[in-house]
Amino acid sequence: MFLEVKNITKKFDDTDVLKGIDFNLEKGQVLSIIGSSGSGKTTLLRCLNFLETPDTGTIFVDGDCIFNAGDTHKKSFEEIRENRLSFGLVFQSFNLFPQYSVMENLMLAPKLRVKEKVKKEKLPKAELKKMYEEIHAKALDILASVGLSEKVDAYPCQLSGGQQQRVSIARALMLDPDILFFDEPTSALDPEITGEVLKVIKSLAARNMTMIIVTHEMNFAREVSDKIVFMDAGVVAAEGTPKEIFESENERLHHFLASFNNAQ
Amino acid sequence: MSFIDITLELLAGFGYTLALFFLTLVLAIPLGMLIAFCRMSNCKPVQNITKIFIWIIRGIPLMLLIFMIYYLPGLLGVTNVFHNVDIYFTSLLKSNEVVKIGSFIAVLIAFVINYACYFAEIFRGGIESIPHGQYEAGEVLGLTKTQIFTKIVLKQVVKRILPPMTNEIITLVKDTALANAIAIPEIIITAKDFAARQAIIWPLFYTAVFYLIFVGLVTIILGKAENKLSYFKA
Repeated sequence: MFLEVKNITKKFDDTDVLKGIDFNLEKGQVLSIIGSSGSGKTTLLRCLNFLETPDTGTIFVDGDCIFNAGDTHKKSFEEIRENRLSFGLVFQSFNLFPQYSVMENLMLAPKLRVKEKVKKEKLPKAELKKMYEEIHAKALDILASVGLSEKVDAYPCQLSGGQQQRVSIARALMLDPDILFFDEPTSALDPEITGEVLKVIKSLAARNMTMIIVTHEMNFAREVSDKIVFMDAGVVAAEGTPKEIFESENERLHHFLASFNNAQ
Repeated sequence: MSFIDITLELLAGFGYTLALFFLTLVLAIPLGMLIAFCRMSNCKPVQNITKIFIWIIRGIPLMLLIFMIYYLPGLLGVTNVFHNVDIYFTSLLKSNEVVKIGSFIAVLIAFVINYACYFAEIFRGGIESIPHGQYEAGEVLGLTKTQIFTKIVLKQVVKRILPPMTNEIITLVKDTALANAIAIPEIIITAKDFAARQAIIWPLFYTAVFYLIFVGLVTIILGKAENKLSYFKA
């Protein structure tokens, strides 16, 4: 198993938001997490990305333990930072850096990273310039792959929501994450432009990017996922292939999917 | 006295104003940042002490604060340090008039503390207004906390606080007149002296021109800075 999540729990004040979440994911697979608002989907995603610290549980990536709530030693921001790099996260509200152009948004983190490396390993200055050029070339490639080559120098405020979200996907891809997470990537978008973002995610799936997607787009989840997890009241209420989920007899799941069909 | 003589004398007075203005700005901004960070500290005692400090400083009229700082060493049983510095420099420079360096330092201390507190609250407002998502985006991209602040948050904060800072800085220009509380020969005192000693009234009105020109310059410069940051929305 590439990703193994075991017994994740999380409490906010007196509310149990996650009550013991377990799931696995193979490399190259796409997992969608569905469920109604308040079922704990986003909290789970935030726990996996270290934006929240789970109260219990473990997370293994490729056999390495990257989180263990039982550790007596509390991990520092620096140690978490290292583990973070195997994950990328695309936010519902994009969170692009408004003062930077599209290119600068993409290059900021990788540039800081190589700068740190050059300083640490005392490499010559010329090396740094070469690395910056490589990062720049890579950014152009990635922007082309999300269809935004002509927006290289635009600022986030000049882009539509769909374009901003595609930039934020490109930004996450710049660090070559092992797993890319999406937190309701189309929920802040107008219905007519969700398609362009979903198309990009599909193209990533076609290239065997390992992804975990929290979404309300049922048709999309059915189409793109290898596996779907249905969360309800802080537990995994059902999991399986899209076919298994959408044809499930599970009552809560049935109820949830029916409410979606009625709404559409 | 000719127009030029009077202009020169007023300009000499305005020199104190400019010196006080620039020194206050240069010193109060870093001190204000420090106070803002203490105010936002996770450590409750630090936070509370800072809150009380800001309350006291903002609650005392600046003029009173100037007197308090000027007389504090005397009250504590030390001699009036600031006055002694005045006397020392006067004799050192063999000047006929009192050289008010000590008094000026007292005024400067009062100004820096006073403005640092106001700036601190503006900085805090700016920093706290930045959406949490900006920090989280930096975190998931593997930036350090320092990098998140300097590379992501700072410029957005500067953009947001420029209008209130412009206000505060203009007030600072005019507040410099309070230096005359302990007889610093700033421009208004100089103009008043013309009225009192020589019955020439118009320099008092003329003084307003100096302030207006300087405030105009400050407004233009800070307006330019605002324009420079208008290319993005935050």
